[in-house]
Amino acid sequence: MIKAILVFNNHGKPRMSRFYQHYAEDIQQQIIRETFHLVSKRDDNVCNFLEGGTLIGGSDYKLIYRHYATLYFVFCVDSSESELGILDLIQVFVETLDKCFENVCELDLIFHVDKVHYILAELVMGGMVLETNMTEILTRIEEQNKMEKQEAGIAAAPARAVSAVKDMNIPQKIKDIKLPDLPSIGNLKF
Amino acid sequence: MALKKVKGTLERVLDKNLQDLVRGIRNHKENEAKYIAECIDEIKQELKQENLAIKSNAVNKLTYLQMLGYDISWAAFNIIEVMSSTKFTIKRIGYLSASQCFHDETDVLMLTTNMIRKDLSSQNIYDAGVALSGLSCFITADLARDLANDIMTLMTSSRPYLRKKAVLIMYKVFLQFPEALRPAFPRLKEKLEDADPGVQSAAVNVICELARKNPKNYLSLAPLFFKLMTSSTNNWVLIKIIKLFSALTPLEPRLGKKLIEPLTNLIHSTSAMSLLYECINTVIAVLLSISSGIPNHTASIQLCVQKLRILIEDSDQNLKYLGLLAMSRILATHPKSVQMHKDLILQCLDDKDESIRLRALDLLYGMVSKKNLMEIVKKLMIHMDKAEGSHYRDELLSKIILISSQSNYQFVTNFEWYVSILVELTRMEGTRHGKMIASQMLDVAIRVQAIRQFAVDQMAILLENSHVLANNSQRNGICEVLYAAAWICGEFSECLKDPKSTLEAMLRPKITILPGHIQSVYVQNILKLYGKVVRQAEDDGEEDLLREVNQLMSEKLPIFVSSADLEVQERACCILQLVKYVSKLLDKGAKIGDDIELLYAGELNPVAPKAQRKVPVPEGLDLDKWINQPPPESSDEEIGGPAFFTSGSEHRDTYQYESERKSYEPTAEELEKRREARKVEMEHNPHYLKGDIKKKSKKYDTSHIDDIPVATLDLSVPLHVPDTRDKSKKGKKGKKKKRRKGKETDSEEDLPAMHAVSTVEEMPEGAHLSDNENADEYSSDPFKKLDVNLDEPLRDDEKLPVRQHRLVLEASPDKELDGDTEKTKKKHRKEKEKKKDKKEKKEKKEKRDKKKSKSENKEKDGPTLLLTAAEEETASEANIVNNVENTANSTSPPEEQSDKTNDIEFWLSGSDAATTPSPVKDSRPVVNNVDRTKSPKLTVNDVLSSEEEDGAKVNEEKPKKKKEKRGSKKEKKEKKDKKKKDKLRRHEYEEAEGITTPSKENISMSQQGTPMEVQLPPMSSYKLLAENATLRMTYETRVSPQRSDQIIISVVFNNQTKNHLKDLEFNVLDTLNTKLIRGLGNSHHDAVRVPFILLPESQNEGQFAFSIESISMSQKMRGTLTYIIKSGDGSTHEKLDFKLHLPCSSYLVTTPCKSDEFAELLASGDLPEKGSCKLTPVDTEFPHVLAKMCFHLHFRLIEQVDKSASLFSKSIQGHPVCLLVKMVNGSLNVDGKSSESKLLSGLLDDIKSLLTEES
Repeated sequence: MIKAILVFNNHGKPRMSRFYQHYAEDIQQQIIRETFHLVSKRDDNVCNFLEGGTLIGGSDYKLIYRHYATLYFVFCVDSSESELGILDLIQVFVETLDKCFENVCELDLIFHVDKVHYILAELVMGGMVLETNMTEILTRIEEQNKMEKQEAGIAAAPARAVSAVKDMNIPQKIKDIKLPDLPSIGNLKF
Repeated sequence: MALKKVKGTLERVLDKNLQDLVRGIRNHKENEAKYIAECIDEIKQELKQENLAIKSNAVNKLTYLQMLGYDISWAAFNIIEVMSSTKFTIKRIGYLSASQCFHDETDVLMLTTNMIRKDLSSQNIYDAGVALSGLSCFITADLARDLANDIMTLMTSSRPYLRKKAVLIMYKVFLQFPEALRPAFPRLKEKLEDADPGVQSAAVNVICELARKNPKNYLSLAPLFFKLMTSSTNNWVLIKIIKLFSALTPLEPRLGKKLIEPLTNLIHSTSAMSLLYECINTVIAVLLSISSGIPNHTASIQLCVQKLRILIEDSDQNLKYLGLLAMSRILATHPKSVQMHKDLILQCLDDKDESIRLRALDLLYGMVSKKNLMEIVKKLMIHMDKAEGSHYRDELLSKIILISSQSNYQFVTNFEWYVSILVELTRMEGTRHGKMIASQMLDVAIRVQAIRQFAVDQMAILLENSHVLANNSQRNGICEVLYAAAWICGEFSECLKDPKSTLEAMLRPKITILPGHIQSVYVQNILKLYGKVVRQAEDDGEEDLLREVNQLMSEKLPIFVSSADLEVQERACCILQLVKYVSKLLDKGAKIGDDIELLYAGELNPVAPKAQRKVPVPEGLDLDKWINQPPPESSDEEIGGPAFFTSGSEHRDTYQYESERKSYEPTAEELEKRREARKVEMEHNPHYLKGDIKKKSKKYDTSHIDDIPVATLDLSVPLHVPDTRDKSKKGKKGKKKKRRKGKETDSEEDLPAMHAVSTVEEMPEGAHLSDNENADEYSSDPFKKLDVNLDEPLRDDEKLPVRQHRLVLEASPDKELDGDTEKTKKKHRKEKEKKKDKKEKKEKKEKRDKKKSKSENKEKDGPTLLLTAAEEETASEANIVNNVENTANSTSPPEEQSDKTNDIEFWLSGSDAATTPSPVKDSRPVVNNVDRTKSPKLTVNDVLSSEEEDGAKVNEEKPKKKKEKRGSKKEKKEKKDKKKKDKLRRHEYEEAEGITTPSKENISMSQQGTPMEVQLPPMSSYKLLAENATLRMTYETRVSPQRSDQIIISVVFNNQTKNHLKDLEFNVLDTLNTKLIRGLGNSHHDAVRVPFILLPESQNEGQFAFSIESISMSQKMRGTLTYIIKSGDGSTHEKLDFKLHLPCSSYLVTTPCKSDEFAELLASGDLPEKGSCKLTPVDTEFPHVLAKMCFHLHFRLIEQVDKSASLFSKSIQGHPVCLLVKMVNGSLNVDGKSSESKLLSGLLDDIKSLLTEES
């Protein structure tokens, strides 16, 4: 089981958090802070597994994380999950984000956290891995996007126009998440 | 109205959306909290509006704020409002927010039941999908109970997307509502073989989670999982299954034996590291579970260790980490194999990665020997100096102690060295392990007599320098070692070189800053030292010294007397009085040294853990009896004793009890506190050995029994360890009163141990030793409830709760409201009935099959040689499975049960049981290879058999691989062949089931109508759709009586190449009557995507739904399938045209009808249309003709007299069709009656073509 999925940036600012077990909001923040503290002091070339913090998990739990440019993706999982499998899942998640946002960067996650949640919901459900096939995930997301557009229809046109105007204020988006090739797990055939 | 809407829209434009909120927060970095507070006010305003779109926008923003740590539970009701929207986009926002902030205690959740139910049954799969995703996060026991049935229904949905989610959420349902597990399990099991890989993976996932907690209940699934393991190519599924097996093997060693081979094969063949790693892990688990009996046992271990070495040597830190992790599991049982890689592991200690160093540390435990212990410890000490971060340093410290003290200090050859190490460790700053070091010091000093002199010297030095340590007075800090030092110096004062200076050191005023329990020990041991000094002085006649000491004591002790700690104060008072008394006596010239020493005479031995609990209750003592009459309740007021007593540290609580004994009834809380206090006391009392000691074995020398009443023994420095090899095994069992123990089985090096370790522990007389001390440990595991037997047949009362209506006698106004629910209820009922039906049918069919195989056996004139052989095999195997199963019609549930257990037994004992295949099988010709659809006779056989249990499957394996192995020993070869065959057979079975499982219902339905005695000619309802060199498509039509306007075409795609086929798109030119359902938002020209990739030489099944208007005409439609062949040198785009033929008979649903109803129907005149035809069937056997009609045309046999029969069926739109069939001189007369003439004539045409065409 996956207990929590956290995404935060290099300064520990949460960009998305998903807990599959209930914690009060303040505890959630503490967990994010603690996890950030644990993860951020590690070099980039050390292993991606970390025995869990004190607040979340316990001896059976592990933190499995990846660091992409400015973002950390951390999964807190128990021993029923395969460590390398979860690493791969993170990769699938990030690649899916990359496809959905067309070259994803931190700003996308900042402004569209709801969309990130919807994408994640196609991968993981209630703490269990739902789908790992990226094409399948993408089709599902596209179909939902289609529905969204249909529903919005003409009524949303003015809103879209306004938000387009608003968007112009955003400084030039920096597309800086580069997905490194991961030869060691690249040969995982999922 | 319209105006209002427009206005609403315009307002919405100006509202702040999520992006604006985020932007705002980013622009107000300096006063973020204030800005957010403003935003929340705005949101509250928005939530008050009617417009759901505005509300959803507000909720969306709240979800973001929740992530930032703001509590949004106050908006729970608004969230539910948003969830109830009919628009997907809005609903999704609601569900997302709910999944982020709802939990068990959210009370508004009870309002959601009906809403969620509605969403689950929505036509739009994404409505249902979003509801399932949300529900998985906030499901409560109530929701689980109320919705279990709806989710069960979704598990059989035709959409894989929903099936997948429904299967996965069942795990959450089980957790909240354990009663659902048994009723739902059969369906869950069915999904393990679902055609869609996603659904299959979900089912495996759920069962693995369940089995992790209660593995034994899932042992019976082992054969099924084994089959999946050998056939699946999905690594996710494989990993889960392999993990599951590692949980199962400890329960069933035979399973392990079966697993070893395929797992080793996987280890050799896989390129996926994740899979390799899990395989190794499971092999390790297997090897742990079977101690012996595997010939290539060591080979497997070697293989694992070798592969792990490769992982550890890899440059990827992740693999290195995992390699070490797995290595530590091997270490427990096969230390030798791991020790071979000592170099590598020691190297990892220097790794820059802390996680890896920690893992390597774990392994060190097994790496040490007498030779290298010092070296390793030295290395660790260096690491400790360099280490940053107290966590790692503490870990190092505890590891040093652990590896040194393991197996009763087995590897410590020089205790002086060890004591110095311990002393050196006290220089560590900020450690949490002060207590650990202290207990080691005590342990060594007490148990290794030879080292006492040295130890006491060292401790004296520590006491001298106590000011350094005392500064750090935090709990469990390093100052704890002073506790040990003081006690050792006091207790073994005879070893002290200069007791007086030590006494002075202990009386320093700085001591008072130490924690109370340490001071207490100080005070107590001051007295011991004092006695020592007095006696020495007396012996030597040094009166000056006496006076000096007395003065010192009476001067310094008062600092303890005024201590805030009660214990210290009390002890100090006693001692002070004693000293005064002694000095009085001394002034009179009396010799009192010996008397003082007598206060502490006698050897102190460690008390065995739990010794206290073991004291037997003396006869005649009833602990439950009141000693005094219980006091009246009114005297409770006295409980609030003086506050003075309750303050201070824990171990004073006992006194509190004393003082209030009169009327004291402790509350549970206080009892707990007291227990805690006792524990603390015990820990601080040197007379108790701490927990880890119980593992240690004991040894002592019988020649030195002295006169201590508890019959303990002390060593007088034996400098060698007695060789008691033969008893070394007993040592593991734990605390026996007296035992000797030699640990020198390690022949590699026989460095002489310098000192012996005493292992005497005190136990009360008459204590019973038992190992089940932990039996009373109560565990309130939520998974306990899920521990149910899953193989037992369901009882009648085990049903998922279906919503019931309260009975309304008159037509009430709220009926309208309930209309919706009523419908679902009906649906459930139908569902249930269907289920029952299905079960019945299955049972009957099994019966029939058995009978059939029997008769076949007798007659030996089945339609083909092949079939006979197969059936024979079935029969013979079935016979082996349940030896005395000769009454073929006894398939009552309990027997089924025994069947099943037999089955797993059978499966597990597979390799050695006498399942030698019949000779016919070996000489089986190549026919077996013929594709199923080309020879339909084979197919049905497959289809039928795959519904049976594993044990009784028909085997049609190809003796292909057999040729490869013409091994050495014949016997061995046979066995291997057998295994291979098993595998192949399984493989075959697997292939068939892609088709079978979904169509199961159909077949069993149509077959039910056929007479029992008839031997069915094998049939398949799959017809060829199109074929070319790469792809072959066969199809079957399916209808459901619930949907009168829909027909499902289930197409099996069979990849005949060695390449991947992907991007399959299925398209049909719609006719007026029949249209392909293409999903939302697609035009009627769009192709439907087939949701899978075809692997080389594999097949998969896709289902396409068509809407139909009229059912009275047969339909022919043209269609195309486009796909991409991905081969080594690129990919090519191809297409395959086909013609889809939907005869009238495909709209028929087999419907049961009693013969009197049938007669009534014919007489009633409801069937005005008549038709007849005459034909000469190819197969003149009348039963065969009937069977064919029933199977292919979905009729049901009502009655049969000689060579005439009546048949009945109904179209999905409810038109009844009655047929009278007569066979006269080889020609067949068919008379039909129906309410719809076109349908009837169409059917007659179908009959003609069916029976006259060569099949």
